[in-house]
Formats: sequence, C-alpha cells, structure tokens
Amino acid sequence: MFAGLTDRSWLWLAAECYFVGLLLGTWSLTRRNRQSGVALNTIIAVGYLFQLTGLWLRGRAVGGCPLGNTFEIFQFTAWSAITLYLIVGVTFRLSLLGYFTSCLAAAVTIVSLAIPAWDATRREHIFGGNPWIELHAAIALFSYGVFALLALTSFMFLLRNFSLKHKMPGGGFTFLPSIMDLDSMSVRLLVIGVTLLSISLAVGAVYWLRDLQSVNLTKLLLTVTIWLAYAVALGLRLKGKLLAQRFAWAGVILFGLALLSLWPVDASRHARPAPARVSR
Amino acid sequence: MSADHFFVLGATHHTAPIEVRERLSVDAGAAEALRGELSSIPGLREFTLVNTCNRVEFYGVATSPSAAVEVQSRFCARQRFTAAEFEKFRMSLSGFDAVRHLLEVTAGLDSQMLGETEILGQVKEAYGAAQARGQTGPVLNRVFQKAFQAAKHVRTDTAISSGQVSVANVAVDLALNIFGSLAKTRILLLGAGDIGEKTAKAFQSRGAGSLSVASRRLESAMELADSLGAFALPFWLMPVKLAEFDIVVCATAAPDTVVSHAAAQTAMKQRPARPLFFIDLALPRDVDAAAAKLQNVFLYNLDDLAKIADENRAAREAEVGKCRALINTRADALWKHIEPRLQASLNGNSPLPEQGRPA
Repeated sequence: MFAGLTDRSWLWLAAECYFVGLLLGTWSLTRRNRQSGVALNTIIAVGYLFQLTGLWLRGRAVGGCPLGNTFEIFQFTAWSAITLYLIVGVTFRLSLLGYFTSCLAAAVTIVSLAIPAWDATRREHIFGGNPWIELHAAIALFSYGVFALLALTSFMFLLRNFSLKHKMPGGGFTFLPSIMDLDSMSVRLLVIGVTLLSISLAVGAVYWLRDLQSVNLTKLLLTVTIWLAYAVALGLRLKGKLLAQRFAWAGVILFGLALLSLWPVDASRHARPAPARVSR
Repeated sequence: MSADHFFVLGATHHTAPIEVRERLSVDAGAAEALRGELSSIPGLREFTLVNTCNRVEFYGVATSPSAAVEVQSRFCARQRFTAAEFEKFRMSLSGFDAVRHLLEVTAGLDSQMLGETEILGQVKEAYGAAQARGQTGPVLNRVFQKAFQAAKHVRTDTAISSGQVSVANVAVDLALNIFGSLAKTRILLLGAGDIGEKTAKAFQSRGAGSLSVASRRLESAMELADSLGAFALPFWLMPVKLAEFDIVVCATAAPDTVVSHAAAQTAMKQRPARPLFFIDLALPRDVDAAAAKLQNVFLYNLDDLAKIADENRAAREAEVGKCRALINTRADALWKHIEPRLQASLNGNSPLPEQGRPA
C-alpha cells in the first residue's frame, strides 16, 4: 500500500498524523475531558514513524543527513522535538505536552510542506564528505528540537501561571501540569539543549579551525549567538536570577529567535555554491 | 405486580432536616443488630442498608408489600419513631423508580454536595456488608453492580465530579496546580480556628507532608498541632520562618495584616525558585494583597476560593441533565432486564441464604 511513496508523501502522512493529534487534543479539551494519552501518543508515534521513513528516503537520495534546505531543516527540527517528546514526555507524563507537541509538529511540518520554494533547491555535498560536519549539523538541529520542546513547556508554564495569577484555574487550564513540574522539565530541557548545542559547536570548531576559509561568518555568528543566549539563560536560571515567568518567556522568545536565525543561516549557505535540484 | 417487590425505603437530606437525620442515623453496632432483625422478616428475600450522614435507605426485594411495611416498623421501633412521624420524612420508591434512585445515589446525583465521589465508596461498603452476610441475591447483586458501573460511566463521560465545591478542597486543588504533589510541601497554618483546621485536614487527607501551626496563643497552637499530628510554632517566629514554608494557610482573627508585602518579599528572596502559596481565609484579610504581585507568589482569599467553588458547583449543575439522561437509559435497560427475572425468582420462592438469618 505504501510501496512507491515518495519522501514528501511520507512526510505529508506524518504531518496529517500530527494534525489528527492536534484535532483529537482540541476535541478532548473542548469536551473538558482528560486527554487520552494512549490514543494521542499512538497517533504521534505513527506520525513519527512516517516522518522517519520520509527523512530516511530523503537522506538515502541525497547521500547524507537531509539538512540541505529550509524544508529539510524544519522537518528535521520537528522530528527532533517528537523524538525527544517520545523519550522524555512520555516518561514524565506531563499532561497536555503531547497535545502541544503535536500542535507544534503539525504547524512546522505542514508549513514546510506547503511552501514548495523551501524544497525547490538544495545544496549537494554540504558537508564536504566530512562525517564530523554532518554530525555537527545533526546534533545542532537536534538541539533545536530540544529547544522547541522547551518552548512548549515554557508556553505551558506561562498559561498555568496566568491561570493561577488571574484566579482562573478551571476550563482547559485544569489539564495543564503544575507550575513546579513544568519548571523542572524546562530546566532539564535547557540543560540537555545547551549540552547538545555545545557538543555540536565543539565538533564544528575542530573543523573550522582546520579550514577557516570555509567558515560562513553569518552562520557562525548566529549559531554562537543562539548558543550563548541559551547558555546565559541556563546560567541565570541556575544562579536563581532568571525564574518563573521570566524564565518561561526566555524559553519561548529564544526559540522564536532560533527559528528566525535558520533563514539567514540557510540563505547564507545558498549564496555560495550553485543550487542543485532535489531528486525525487 | 413485580414493581412493588423491589423497593427502597428511608429518609435522605431531601426529605429530612439534619436534626431528624441525627435521630434516624444508625451506628455500626445498631446497624448490625438491625440487619439481623430484618433478615428474619418473612417475605424479605434480599436487602441492603445504606447508612451515611445524609441518608438511611433500605433496598429490598420482597415477595409481598407487607415486608416493606415490616422493615419500616422494625426500623422505627429501633430508632424510637412512631410510624406517623417517620412517614413525614419518608422516601419510598419501588420498581423502576427505586432502580433509578440507586443509580442516581451511587453517581452522586442525589448527594447534598452534587457529584461528590465519597458516596460511591459508601454504597460499595454497604453492599459489601450485605453480600458478606448473604443478604443479597441475584436481584440486588445485579442492581448494585450495574449501579457501580453507571456511576463510573457518568463520572467518566460527564463533568459532574470535576472541580472541587468546598473552599478547603479548592485550596488543596490549587496547591496541587502549583506544586504537583503535596508530599514534599511544608504547610504553615496561621491561627487555630475551625476553618483553618478544616483546611489543614483537607491538605492532610490529600497527602500533605509536613504541617506546622502558629497561633498568638501558643497553647492553642500546641493543642491543635497535637490533634493534627503537626508541629507548633511560636507566632513571633513566623516572619523569620516564612521562607521555609511552601503553603501558608492564614486564618487568624487579627484585625490587621499579619503577612506584609515586605515579609513575603523577604521570604521569596530566600527561596526564589520555589513558589509560595498563601491561602487567606481570614476576615479581615491576613495577607497584604500587594504580595500577589510578587513573582512566584500566589495569593487566594476567601472570596477567590468561594468564587471558584461556586463556578465548579454551577458547572456540575449544568451537567445534571446529561447525567440524568445517561442514568435513565441505564436504569431503563436494567429494569427491563431484572423485572421478568424478579417475577420468576419470586414465583420460585427461594429463601434468603441461611447465613443471612439470625441463629
């Protein structure tokens, strides 16, 4: 039944699964029912497998990690967030995190699929045949997935904090996790994200130091800025200077900036070599 | 007419005021003796006594209507009521209406606190006691089992039990929204009055870890702490120790503010990453309202809690129609199932099991 499907078809199927998760979660919330964790997690897991298949096919076609254009970067980021959700979210059983994750994944994957220009061209051999650079890029993008999940737990914290401060604990707010659970999960995610991005930069730095000419300055500056911003946020949180809703706002805003930084990073990479068509 | 052979008889908070219910209430020892007495009534094939603070009800299966009359007269005799007096407060239903009533009671629809869940446990306990003594049979077994299923169905598929409707339980729910679990929280109760005690007990019943009591009169604090299994704290130490507590229940009779904005701010400087939850049940208020503006500080006063409780109550009431529709459907199906069997069983004239009868 699925034989012969293209990578984009698999990715569309995945996006549809995440969208169904979004609808199921919204339906449960409007009915004021507790989220059906098993149903939602199953839908997300099926979507995840479809997305994994799509990315694997794309990776096989391009002969490496599929991070050659904006479409692939968005798909990989969403996939990373889902991977982490399936490991961390399911383990810690934070209610509504699955719902918010499927909302984010649906939005990111559908938008990336709906804009054909993002996938019209891709750079080939972007890693110069160097597996370390491929690893650097993959870990960096995976850390963005972690930060995506951090943005979600931060957003949930802001909702919960708003509901408690404004004396409105009922309605849809009932199903949100507690302030302490969300804060503790956000700190863990920030530690994981900063660690991964640090590893990624360390791996990349070895390569840059060997071949300074090949370094794209825009990309380097933006990536280091994002890393620094998250590292500073982590330092301030651990020192007790950035707390509660300010910490949560930082989680949301920094992810927004991280996403925005992907465009100039990608554009600066496209500026150098001649684009190649994606083989599908 | 088989409808008359399945009956419920008793008095509830709908039919009897509290002073009457006090007189009708049956303690554990008396209930045991009464069960023994009832099991000797000729023609009473099965019965269960449901006895809570808001209701005393006898569910029975009888071969003739006279058995229900006899149940009433034995109960009245034991509780020193005349039949005429009891009939003023009596609730008596039979057949389908009795089945529906049991389903409504079990689902919390007939409770004084609409949608409360404690009644399900109480009915289960009453049924378990009757079953253990062999006082139930095929009819009551089926009706009670179906009532438990219906209660679960109603609670799962409607919002009849969602949200708390008492101020103390609303406060506990809010604390759970902040801390996730109460096991590791430290609670300070300011004031040794009734409302504070009730709230402290609500916290303890939901797994609160550590409780301390502070009152202007140390003896009162020690007395209450003793009864709650808590620690007593000298009142003057409260501002110094405030940072050590996660939840502060304020219920003093002080004419002025007890916890100032500055005191809350100082406490938060010592515990910036951990929220501080003030439950201000005092009138005049104990906590400076400006403290609510502090980051990680949550402040709810009596009006805030009462408003949430009222909203929850209204939300539950809005679900009643849906619940009754579900109950009606189930009661109807159940009655259609048991009515012919009830008739057949009554014709068979099988006696109550021997262990249900007095020696």
